[in-house]
Amino acid sequence: MPVFEALRLALQTIRAQKLKSGFSLLGVFIGVASLIGAWSIVNGVNRYMTEKFAQTLFGVNTFQLRRRPIFTPNVPDSVWRAWARRPRIRFSDAEALSDGFTVPVVTAWQSSENNTVSYRDKQARDIELTAASERYFEIKNLRLATGRAFTAQENRSGAAVAVLGDAVAQRLFVDRAPLGRNVRIGGMTYRVIGVVEKQGSVLGFPLDRFVVVPALSPAQNLVNPPGILDAFLVKARTEPEMRLAMDQAEGIMRSRRHLRPRQDDNFALDTSEGVQRFWAGISRILVVVLPGVVVVSLVIGGIVIMNIMLMSVAERTREIGLRKSLGARRRDVLRQFLAESAAIATVGAAFGVVAGIALTFLIAAASPLPASVSPVSIVLGVVMGAGVGVVAGVYPASRAARLDPIAALRQE
Amino acid sequence: MTLPLPQTFRTGDTPLPDIVILTHKLTRAYDMGGEVVRALQGVSIQIRKNEYVAVMGPSGSGKSTLMNLIGCLDTPTSGEYWLNGQKVSDLVDDELARIRNKEIGFVFQTFNLLPRANALHNVELPLIYAGHGARERRAQAARALERVGLGDRMEHRPNELSGGQRQRVAIARALVNDPSILLADEPTGNLDSTTSAEIMAVFRDLHRQGQTIVMVTHEHDIAAHAARVVTLRDGLIASDQLQAA
Repeated sequence: MPVFEALRLALQTIRAQKLKSGFSLLGVFIGVASLIGAWSIVNGVNRYMTEKFAQTLFGVNTFQLRRRPIFTPNVPDSVWRAWARRPRIRFSDAEALSDGFTVPVVTAWQSSENNTVSYRDKQARDIELTAASERYFEIKNLRLATGRAFTAQENRSGAAVAVLGDAVAQRLFVDRAPLGRNVRIGGMTYRVIGVVEKQGSVLGFPLDRFVVVPALSPAQNLVNPPGILDAFLVKARTEPEMRLAMDQAEGIMRSRRHLRPRQDDNFALDTSEGVQRFWAGISRILVVVLPGVVVVSLVIGGIVIMNIMLMSVAERTREIGLRKSLGARRRDVLRQFLAESAAIATVGAAFGVVAGIALTFLIAAASPLPASVSPVSIVLGVVMGAGVGVVAGVYPASRAARLDPIAALRQE
Repeated sequence: MTLPLPQTFRTGDTPLPDIVILTHKLTRAYDMGGEVVRALQGVSIQIRKNEYVAVMGPSGSGKSTLMNLIGCLDTPTSGEYWLNGQKVSDLVDDELARIRNKEIGFVFQTFNLLPRANALHNVELPLIYAGHGARERRAQAARALERVGLGDRMEHRPNELSGGQRQRVAIARALVNDPSILLADEPTGNLDSTTSAEIMAVFRDLHRQGQTIVMVTHEHDIAAHAARVVTLRDGLIASDQLQAA
């Protein structure tokens, strides 16, 4: 019997016994669906981290000079205390660096603190108030939906102008035009000159609850003591130029702080790599744990299929006897039952793929996790599903193939 | 009374050309939990082309065992079995499957049709294992069904057919590969007397068309349709006689 014939027969049998086949493919279905679903989450977060986070939120070829690293999981208290004793970054540090770079870079100052922004009787609380210099928007890739960013002139003169995040504009103005209106930030009056495009959220954290004001405007006192910066942002044109700029920044800062050669830096130069390294650690754990879960459900799926196939062989003993009496060889019977279990598993895997993709879209829509389907996971899912079917079918099929036709025909 | 064999067969001989079935001192013993049961104790029989033979005998006489051996479903403990000029008694499993497929058409007491498949597909089954293409299979199966008068029932499933029609589907299936022998095991055992007569008429027609038929039965009035009756008792041939049609 040709393979095609065996497959056709298998599909007929599956169609004829929908309920039983449905149960038997459940295990593979769940295995493949969870494989694709989980893989999609990891894949989605991965892409988010490498593409959107690194490029948009942090900025490409960008580093930050800070008192301590920005993203620091699992740091012992002693290290925290050491970091807290470090001197802070000063305006004068930033100016010295700007003068010292020999590679072309774009730089910005940044200090942030939560505060309340209000318009008439409406208040937006817990808003990230950022005092920054004018190139901040460029480095952070913040495009304006309406209005404009502030100028270098306005930054130097400390003009009381503000650029709002989308959520803040929505909260304060609902459907009125925000441009030209006066908002109050910590008791000071600021004129709205622009609103930034909606940024969405990352891993559940909203990205649109901010106000950016000129670094030297009156609100600077709300974010930091006079002359102090949270971060000095430096964006180079290429990665090698960024490395060069980082070396120069390190040299300049060490000499300004009078550090001896043996002494460690008492400042941090952060890139988006730090964050990505942290994520890579998490995803490595997922990559180890995930296959375990999938393998367990596929093994269970295989055992279920094996049992159902054994039942099926027992039920169809007479049919097997008949087929043998009509000239079916062992390999014909073997092939028939192998095709059947492989087909059941593949159909289960196919449904699993569909469910996994649906699950992915559901997760992407309903949760902050940026899930995205990986084509590799689909191929892998189907191949593994079909493989489970073949492996699970071997024992029942060989039992069927070994049946004695006389005894099989005599069975009621 | 036993018919003289057409040829005095000795080990090492080959059967005469018109002998379809030749068994020589065929024995079959089963090991039933340490106890050896000798179902056949040396059966020598020769059946010519286009003979219509009924095999009779009480239960335990060995007629089912002989039937299984002639049908190549089983292999003898000793002795020779030649089918259509080929010695099949020492063939292995897959070779026997091929012989069953090409040379033997089975008709069972319980019909043994696949319940989910229609008449046409049931008749096609042997051709699938013979490796024929789909179109050829369908045409051949349709011809076989027309031969047994079921040309208008091809799309019907077994549960949509009467007992007699089911047995005729089974006969069409047995004939579809144009076998050397039609081997029927109590073909009317599950049928009433009217339907039995109908099936016997089909057998008579097939015999007239040149088909060799071997039929196992325990009913004398069914055996009466055959031209020759072989009776077994205790694993040996008790009698072998021709009878008027």
